Amino acid sequence: MTTITETDLGGAVADAAAHLYVWALKDIPQDLRDALGSAAEKETSVTGQRVLQTILKNVSVAEDEKNLVCQDTGIAVYYCRVGEHFPLHPARIYAALKAGTERATVEHPLRSNTVHTLTRENTGPNVGFRVPIVHWDFVPDWDGLDVKCVPKGSGSENMSFLKMCVPADGVTGIKKFVLESIVGAGGKPCPPGIVGVGIGGSADYAMHLAKEAIARPVGTHNPDPLVAQLEGELYELLNETGVGPMGLGGDVTVLSVHVEHADTHMTLNPVAVNYQCWAARRASAHVAADGTTTFERDA
Amino acid sequence: MTVHEVTFPITDRAEILKLRAGDEVTVQGHIIGIRDRTQIRIFDQGVEPPMDLTGAFLLHTAPNVRKLGPGKYEKLCIGTTTSARMVRFTEGLGSQYGVRAICGKGGFPDEAIEPMQRLGMVYFAIVGGAAALETTQIEEIEEVAWEELMPECLWKFRVKDFGPLTVGIDAHGGSLYRDVQEQAMKKLEDIYARL
Repeated sequence: MTTITETDLGGAVADAAAHLYVWALKDIPQDLRDALGSAAEKETSVTGQRVLQTILKNVSVAEDEKNLVCQDTGIAVYYCRVGEHFPLHPARIYAALKAGTERATVEHPLRSNTVHTLTRENTGPNVGFRVPIVHWDFVPDWDGLDVKCVPKGSGSENMSFLKMCVPADGVTGIKKFVLESIVGAGGKPCPPGIVGVGIGGSADYAMHLAKEAIARPVGTHNPDPLVAQLEGELYELLNETGVGPMGLGGDVTVLSVHVEHADTHMTLNPVAVNYQCWAARRASAHVAADGTTTFERDA
Repeated sequence: MTVHEVTFPITDRAEILKLRAGDEVTVQGHIIGIRDRTQIRIFDQGVEPPMDLTGAFLLHTAPNVRKLGPGKYEKLCIGTTTSARMVRFTEGLGSQYGVRAICGKGGFPDEAIEPMQRLGMVYFAIVGGAAALETTQIEEIEEVAWEELMPECLWKFRVKDFGPLTVGIDAHGGSLYRDVQEQAMKKLEDIYARL
């Protein structure tokens, strides 16, 4: 293994972030393309077909024109898995992710969305106080870094819901809350997309889990069979509601339902819903301890 | 379901009355980009818009652009944002400025139905997120005003074969969004009974 300075490794992480942000915006993963294709095969309504065919055409136009799939460049969200022996401290990783986001925004150029939450004034090229947003996981006995970039659009993020159900509401309460949230959201979050559900933990942790759930590829299931069964049931029920593509009515309301859970207090039963639009953008990279970077669109 | 091709601006109410909720529409001519801050300036701060909105087709957008020179911009990626945030401006846009069509994604809540019927306006649903395609249908950014609100300026675009759009709310009191919500609420009752 070649030796590498902290500065060079920081540069590699920044390069990875800059590449991932733009790549995620332009080239949506294969699992999503497949899910959209099978949605179009299933949909029987005229308006639903019009919407899905337009979506499929848009994905190929973005590829041909090397353009962004959606104009909303989102708020940059990164998921990091940091190995115990990765030779760059998370504080430096954060700084590198921020620098990469900023550089991608200026060089492409991308629309800058980040504003001060009270004054609403733009704070810079998609960076600001505590932006980008980074989720951290730490892995023992490993020296690598995995980074997943999920630019999150506001149309879907605005359709986030939290309910502190009580234990007596049980699993039925959880299902009802997810159903009423998605029906209430209607066409606003750009359906059909991925419904992320976080259950258990605490109020903030349930939403954190819901957000992690939307970043999973379509077709993956929770490893806990009980939770996976809930994913399947919610998927079937949500697709009975008739909300349809873009909320204009139809058979396909959601592409997938992902549930993440944590154990909780005996008197808590929190449920959080975080929606991800059909343009569920994400792209991943692995940065090795020597700075070598490999990219993977579909992780 | 009927398929229409229409050219904006449209001042004649009769042209708008031909459109029914669920119809497919392709648009030619000129459309005007507008967003939250643009409308807050017009209605909450009382600033007259420096563009004629008579008979206009308004698009809820904040585009990705590259500045070429003073007041001149190149399109990079132009898409459409969620309309529901801006529903309260509908009545004023129709009654004070003569706007005929508002286009966005996700729909307008039911409070838009009455003013749209009274004033002869329609809501067009575009496919949210389909910005790469939408960008190819915008031929040129002809004018921009209020650049200090970037990217939430007033934009004038010349379009060709803009669509396909779906009439979400028509000028006869029809709304696909209301119908879909009513049916979904009934469906939820069935589902809840089974849980």
